[in-house]
This record gives sequence, C-alpha cells and structure tokens, in this order.
Amino acid sequence: MPKELIRLVDCTMAFDGEIVLNAINLTIHDKEFLTLLGPSGCGKTTTLRLIGGFETPTSGGIFFDGARINDVPPHKRRVNTVFQKYALFPHLNVFENVAFGLRIAKIPDGGGKKSRLPEGEIEERVQGALELVGLKGYHRRRVHQLSGGQQQRVAIARAIVNRPQVLLLDEPLGALDLKLRKEMQHELKEIQRQVGITFVYVTHDQEEALTMSDTVVVMNHGNIQQIGTPVDIYNEPVNAFVADFIGESNIIQGVMHKDYSVSFAGRLFECVDSGFDPNQPVDVVVRPEDVRMTPPDGGQLRGTVNSVTFKGVFYEIFIDVGEIEWMVHSTSAPKIGDEVGLLLTPEDIHVMDRPDLFPEGAEALTLEDVDPEPEFEDGGGDGEDGEEA
Amino acid sequence: MKRRGGLLAFPYAVWMILFTVVPMLLVVWFALTDEDGLPTVGNFIRLWDYGAVFGRSLGLAAVSTVICLLIGYPLAYVLSRETDAMRNTAMLLIMLPMWINILLRTYAWMSILENSGLLNQLLSFLRLPALHIINTPSAVALGMVYNYLPFMVLPVLTVITKIDDSVVEAAQDLGGSQATVFRRVILPLSLPGVLSGITMVFVPAVSTFIISKLLGGGKSMLLGDLIEMQFLGNTYNPYLGSAISLVMMVIVLISMALMNRFGEGEEEVMGL
Repeated sequence: MPKELIRLVDCTMAFDGEIVLNAINLTIHDKEFLTLLGPSGCGKTTTLRLIGGFETPTSGGIFFDGARINDVPPHKRRVNTVFQKYALFPHLNVFENVAFGLRIAKIPDGGGKKSRLPEGEIEERVQGALELVGLKGYHRRRVHQLSGGQQQRVAIARAIVNRPQVLLLDEPLGALDLKLRKEMQHELKEIQRQVGITFVYVTHDQEEALTMSDTVVVMNHGNIQQIGTPVDIYNEPVNAFVADFIGESNIIQGVMHKDYSVSFAGRLFECVDSGFDPNQPVDVVVRPEDVRMTPPDGGQLRGTVNSVTFKGVFYEIFIDVGEIEWMVHSTSAPKIGDEVGLLLTPEDIHVMDRPDLFPEGAEALTLEDVDPEPEFEDGGGDGEDGEEA
Repeated sequence: MKRRGGLLAFPYAVWMILFTVVPMLLVVWFALTDEDGLPTVGNFIRLWDYGAVFGRSLGLAAVSTVICLLIGYPLAYVLSRETDAMRNTAMLLIMLPMWINILLRTYAWMSILENSGLLNQLLSFLRLPALHIINTPSAVALGMVYNYLPFMVLPVLTVITKIDDSVVEAAQDLGGSQATVFRRVILPLSLPGVLSGITMVFVPAVSTFIISKLLGGGKSMLLGDLIEMQFLGNTYNPYLGSAISLVMMVIVLISMALMNRFGEGEEEVMGL
C-alpha cells in the first residue's frame, strides 16, 4: 500500500445544528483514485469541501501528510478542485484560466524572497496541461465559446497545471451527456495515471464509481457505509443499502437459522455465511444476474413470469413467487405468464446484518447536500444507465 | 412577427417623436438661429465666455463621481457578502432618501451646512472651530454625492451579487488570497456595474442646477444653472441656452462612448 496522504478523524459537520457528516473516518493514500459515492445529501460533497478547505469540520481533525490542516485556508492547501459547474473565470480566455494559479503562485528564490514564475515556464506548463486534456490550440478561445465537455477539460487543466498532490473532483461529469461522460471517464483515469497524483472523486453514479476507482467509499446519511475496491463493494456489500445502491438486487428479509443455513421466502437455503446469532433477522441479497431460471420443478422456488423487458445485453424479468417479486437478468426471455423455477446456489446468497438504517429521527440527517444534485432520483440503485451484468 | 412587433411599439414611437425627437430638433434649431430667426453660429462662439462654467461643471461632476465610487464600491462589496435579509434592509435604507423630493433633501442640507446650521452648532458644542462650507464648491460636491450615491451602489451591488460563489472559490482554490481574489476576479467581473454606476452618477451630476443653486449660493454656477438662466432668468436667451444644452449633451455622449469603449471587453464577457 502506498503511503497515507490524507486522514479524516471523527469528522463531524453540522449546518445550523443539523448533522451532515457523522464522525467519519477516512484514509486516502498517495496516488489513489478514491471515489465518494452516495445519494444526494449523503455528505459526499461536504467531505470533499472539508478536504478542499471550503468548510471547517464542527469537530474532528483533517490531516494532510501527518499535519493537522483544519484551519488552513484553501489557498494554502496542496489540493486543487474541479468544480461541479466548472467555475471558469468568464473574463479570462482559456490560456489565462489555466495560467491563473501559476501567475499568482509565489516561489521562494534562494534569497529568502518570493518571486513569480517566469513567463516562459508558465507558457510551457499551460500548453502542456492543455495538451494533456486534449485542448491543444484552444488557448486563445474565450470560455463561453466552448462546449460543456471542453469547459470541463479547461477546469481539469486549470487544476492539474499547479501540480497539486491531490485533485478533488466534485461530480465533474454530471452535466455531460452519457456518451461524453463515458469518454471522459476513461480520459480522467488516463490523466490520473499520467500525472500520478491522488484523485478524490465525488459522484452519485455507481457505474462511474466502479469504472474509475481504486477505492470506493459508499456513503449514506452522513455515514460511511463501506470502503473497498469496486469488486469488493459489488460482490460483498456489507448491507442492503450498499447492495441496493451498487447495482440492482433482490433484497429479502430472512432469518438466520444457524451457520450456513438461512430461511427466507418460506424455505431453508444453504449459504456460505456464518457467525450470526441463531434466529437473527437478516437481509438476504441476491443479484438478479445470479438467479437462474429452470423448468417449473427444477429450482428451489417456483413462480409466474410477470413482466419481461429487453435491456440490450439481457432481459429484465420480474417473477412473482408468493409475496415476493424477484428480479432476474437473463439472456433468454420466457413468456409472460410462464411458470418457471428459480435456482439459487449457496455462493449467490449474501446474508447481511439488518442494521437499523433508519432509526427514530433519522430524517433529521437527511439534508440536502451543499451542492444540489438534480439528476439523482432517490431510491438508489435503479441503474438508470443499465449496468452490464 | 416583425410587423406585429412594430405595431406594439407604435405608442412608444409616437411618444418618442412628440417628446424627444421634436424637442431635440427645436433645440438644434434654436441653437443655430438668433433673435430674428436668422441662421448663425454666434451662439456657439459666445460659449467661449462660459468656459469656466463648463470646466467647473465637468470638474465637480467628475469629483463627485469619484467620491461616489470610493464610497459606493466598498459598500456594495461588503453588502454583497451579507445575507439576503441584511442586504435587502441595507438597500431599502439606501433607497429611502430617494422617496423624498430632491428639493426638500437639498434644503435639509442647506440648514445643516449653514454657518449657524446644525453642523456648526455641533462643532461649537464640541468646542471645535466652525466650518464654512455652505456656498462653496465643496458643499455642491457634497450635495451631489449625497443625492447620487444610490445610483452608484445599486448597479455595482447587482453585478457583484451575480458573481458565482464557485468562481470565487475556484480562485481561492488555485492559491488566491483574499486580496488576490478581489483584484483578479471580483474587480474585473464587477467592472460593468462600475461603468454603469459612473454613467448614472456623472450624467445627472453634470446637468444639475438645484444642488448648486441651493448649496453653492450662486457663486459656483454650473451648466444647469446657466441653462436655467437663459430660459427662465432675466437674461432670457433661449438661443444661447439651446447651444449650451447641445454642447453639454455632446460632451456627455462622448464621455459615455469613451466609457463603453473602455468597458467593451468586459461587456462581451457579461453577455454570456
């Protein structure tokens, strides 16, 4: 593991007495691509603004390279931010936007005095940054002559030209259309590889988080739900919220019978989970792509096909099994009204603690994030972009 | 579509022709004729005698505009960072005096600045020497600043308030201290407001006559007073008065054109 760069210790943030971040602990390593993922109002943007220095935590500490930086103003931090709405300077052209940080930087010159960067170096670094983001030759343009994607590239160039140790990105692709967003995801990843610095990325798009990140931090209601690699988060979600938010899931309430045996949907299933109390209520999570359809008598469960929707690479099928409606992803399509069997193997059944996710008064924690995130529909993991399964 | 638009503008067009274009043509006509209705440029030649009045008017208006800017800009900047409620209250207070007739307001200043007025009573109470500023150019400048300050504050405040917070945060993020952010981002982005503030203060200031009459005591006659005298005073001479008005208008138009030229680069940006 590379060395630790940023550490948040018990960081709590309250606005007007309402808690937006609830004593979170987070470690960010050098050269890591870390994504803060969660629904609107989960505290992810606030976390980013704490690191950027635009907010001071109500309690707790922020450490950068071991030094406490709670009270260090933004302009003295070795981090730069790419803002959600680009926030380019409308009175400057592309070159001057990118050169902004370099022009005002004071560098120590041997004699104890501070001096400005020489013009030649500014020119060279700005052109280099523009080339890196694919905007070579655009330096004379005015910013309002650029498209959204180009403005976003300028914002990225403007940040990385200062060679920060950490780049903070606040939903930088949120305003772009789907195709451009996918393109930029790859480009951002490539830029991160080339400049070799830490990226802290905020998004509510689970697919974006899984595609780009080394580490994903799933947040909800001002709490960190899970920290892990994209593969871990997807395959081993720690609770039903994470499972539901990352990809689509069948979440069924069940009871742990004993180790390696769980009962739900009216019968007993073999599973690979252990360590629960006997008769403990649990959430059982099954990914829709893990449910296999069989002839009516071939599975553990038997149900009727309720709906079939073509999704491109697969069909999304809803099957009524008693009280429960199961979602199944399959490349073959049954007919509506067909009787089918459902087969679950022990590895596909994920048993999770049922945390009291919404305790009494939990609504008080549901604050709007500092920045509005208009595109997100609450309910989590509806997979608007149709993730490939 | 265009025809219908033209029709809707008809009342305004009639209004403009009757009350702006025709009077303007009359002013030009009067300026270029003498008492006998014969064409002449004599009215303009006579203007040289009034060079001092032109100079004083432009000078006082310029000084007042600069003072308005020096007071108004910082005020607008501070207010722009306040909460909405605070800002609205402050704006109301700034606007409040404008609800009172300018004549009344200026009379009030007269009684404050008089040699035995409120100001000097206060000074003598504090055992300080009396100030004799009534009937001086300073009193006129004071009156102008008092009356026209809101015209500077409001446009500047509007423009500064519109600057996106995230642009300011971006400048901080890129290493800008508060002073740097102000100088490199807020000031250039607020220039259009400053330019319209300057215009809105300078233009009425250069043509005022009430303020100079009441606070200047007739000793520091301004263009407005001079024009008024030609039309209403005992030196009745609408031909000369028209010539003065015309020249003053040209001067104002030229200074506005210069200002717009100066601000052109900014306006293009604000047209986002």
